Amino acid sequence: MTNDIQVALSEVTRVYPAHSGHGEVHALGPVDLNLRRGEFVGIVGPSGCGKSTLLEIVAGLANPTTGSVTFEGVRVRNQVPDGVGVVFQEDASFPWLTVRDNVAFGLRRAGVNEAEINRRVDHAIAFMGLGAFRRAYPSQLSGGMRQRVCIARTLVMRPRLILLDEPFGALDQQTRLLMGEELLRLWRETSATVMLITHALDEAAMLSDRVAVMSSRPGRFIDILDTNWPRDRDSRIVADPRFGQFTSKLWELIREESKKAMGIQ
Amino acid sequence: MKQRWWDYVILVVAMLVLWQVAFYMVGPDAIAPPLETVQRLGTLITQDDFWNNAKATGIAFFYACVLALVGGLVIGVAIGSSKMADEILSPILGTLYSIPKIVLYPVILLIFGLGLSAKVVFGAIHGFFPVALFAIGAIRNIPPVLLRTGRVMKLSWLSLARTILLPAAGPEIITGLRMGFSTTLLGTLIGELFASNAGLGFMLMRAMDIDNVPDIMALTLLLFLIATGANTIILAIEHHVHAFNK
Amino acid sequence: MRNPAFWRLMILVGGVLTIEVLCRSGVVSSYSMIPPSQMVVALVDMIRHADWFWSDARYTFQNIAVAILLSIVLGFVIGLIIHALPRLRRVLNPVLLSYYSVPTFVFYPLLVVIFGIGPSSLIVMGAMFGIVAMISSTLTAIDRIPRVYGKVARVGRMSGWQTAIRIKLPAATPRLFTGLTLAVAYSVTGVIAGEFIIATAGLGRQLTLSYNEFDSATMYGLILLILIFAAVINRFLQSWEARIYRRWYRK
Repeated sequence: MTNDIQVALSEVTRVYPAHSGHGEVHALGPVDLNLRRGEFVGIVGPSGCGKSTLLEIVAGLANPTTGSVTFEGVRVRNQVPDGVGVVFQEDASFPWLTVRDNVAFGLRRAGVNEAEINRRVDHAIAFMGLGAFRRAYPSQLSGGMRQRVCIARTLVMRPRLILLDEPFGALDQQTRLLMGEELLRLWRETSATVMLITHALDEAAMLSDRVAVMSSRPGRFIDILDTNWPRDRDSRIVADPRFGQFTSKLWELIREESKKAMGIQ
Repeated sequence: MKQRWWDYVILVVAMLVLWQVAFYMVGPDAIAPPLETVQRLGTLITQDDFWNNAKATGIAFFYACVLALVGGLVIGVAIGSSKMADEILSPILGTLYSIPKIVLYPVILLIFGLGLSAKVVFGAIHGFFPVALFAIGAIRNIPPVLLRTGRVMKLSWLSLARTILLPAAGPEIITGLRMGFSTTLLGTLIGELFASNAGLGFMLMRAMDIDNVPDIMALTLLLFLIATGANTIILAIEHHVHAFNK
Repeated sequence: MRNPAFWRLMILVGGVLTIEVLCRSGVVSSYSMIPPSQMVVALVDMIRHADWFWSDARYTFQNIAVAILLSIVLGFVIGLIIHALPRLRRVLNPVLLSYYSVPTFVFYPLLVVIFGIGPSSLIVMGAMFGIVAMISSTLTAIDRIPRVYGKVARVGRMSGWQTAIRIKLPAATPRLFTGLTLAVAYSVTGVIAGEFIIATAGLGRQLTLSYNEFDSATMYGLILLILIFAAVINRFLQSWEARIYRRWYRK
């Protein structure tokens, strides 16, 4: 992990204009954030605080109302830059394609030659543990496996920045922990920068180098904490006493904001 | 997607314009322009002959509706409630719905003779299928968790139907009833075209036989207004139920 | 519990047998209906010996084929256009919803004036009847495409065209198929109904003729033929649709 800044957000806000009876909605910001190349950053915050909006802005799927986003020095606006991969919260696997064709989907478009496609797809499928299901259709797979297909599809494009929006939200706890480990493996293997949005504090604490804590809407960063974990960590880090301390600190920061978001006094 | 009232205005104006343009293009032997048609309709409504025929259609339509809607509902709910029946019978219903029922018309005439019964049967077989198919779909789509909740609460069958089944399946069933209503009307009219000596469809056929263009247009306009009017009213009810359901 | 297809077959056989018994026993007078077995005989006889059969059959089936093609292709394209223009969609919405309650057959004489007596007016009748079903289901199908797919396309930096062909079209296919099945059924009905009314050639015309001439055998033979034709096409489409749904969605 270098000190080289890959993604820079400066004074970013997102405001939805007033229309048909609703007033203006100040969804996010202002936020400032720098992502260093190769680091793993987790973003946590109460529901509705604008985490997903933040991710979409970083990805280029939405434009900030004020402020700027740059990726590798180039302004991000109106389109997704080359080298960015996104894993969404919803199941985005294509039901009409087999697992293999799903994973190969992006590569085919990129005009890569057939042999290279096969190599990369086979590697990604093996890496994500989908080898036995290459010819299956997503409808035959569990939710967790379908997310793995989406991750493999992203992995195969060799992105330099991977954005994940609550990718494990719909999964049970055990599956989430294991998927978290796989995500770490992925991160180490690709040396990509990872930004993970999650509502699960333990997940953020376990996986990230840094965790940014967001306030309730309009989301702003309350604090950004370093975990100082070793790079070769896995899920067993939950046993480390510092883990519990870290997670409590996160909760302390978020608790009031969460109550605000839920309307509890 | 909210429907704004001026969308309707635009639509009506556009249709009137198209109508007038069509008149200029194909001439008075084929269609009558809007103004003349409305005038002719106004004249028609004042005639006794018209109301006798309207009554005849109304009676036939009423009977056909009762058969189609009630029959469709009962059978639809019955089939929808049983997974086995659904699997076996739904494709059959679907196929029956898709065959050109107009082909059966000579058969119906032969069996029931000319007159009211034939019209009612024809109207009913047209309307029955949408009602039944939508009812089956509505019951099939009830989230199982709702049924389980009902059982946990130990509701009687009647209570269950009233408080859970009906609200959950209601909207889709009403859509089916609406389609059944329109289709029954259509079927009854088609029935009257061929072998009746009474009814609005008969009046239409009579006009078509002697190429009485103003009458054809006036009656068509009337039927169009009735069909669209009824449809709009039921749609409003449907939206109300849907909104209430949310 | 044997598979549903078996039971469906049993029901079909049972129904036919019931009608056969009712006819032969005289409960249903032979003036009204002939037994199904005789219908089949009449049908085969007609195919073999009626000199008009093949030309009329070809006429009808050609009209149906073109009408189906028109309603599906035009319906799909028009649906795409309307979906892309929300304002237009709002204005046209009442028309789309009420279309099948309006007796469109009243426009048939008008069509004859415009297109003349011949296949064109019949084809337009069939297409007119089927096209709105296709338009409506195209609109619904595109509506229901999960929004996340569009995002995946943008992350993949796909052009609008590529997105439409590679993602939107396959994603919409199951619902499109349902509309297609409906459009086919309506097109068939439209053409046959047209042949009843306009009647210069085709199986519909022969049906009217045989009815007027009290030729029960030919009449029922034709009815049986058209019913079988429509039912077979529909069953084929329905099972194709079921296969698509099975692959896509869990049971």
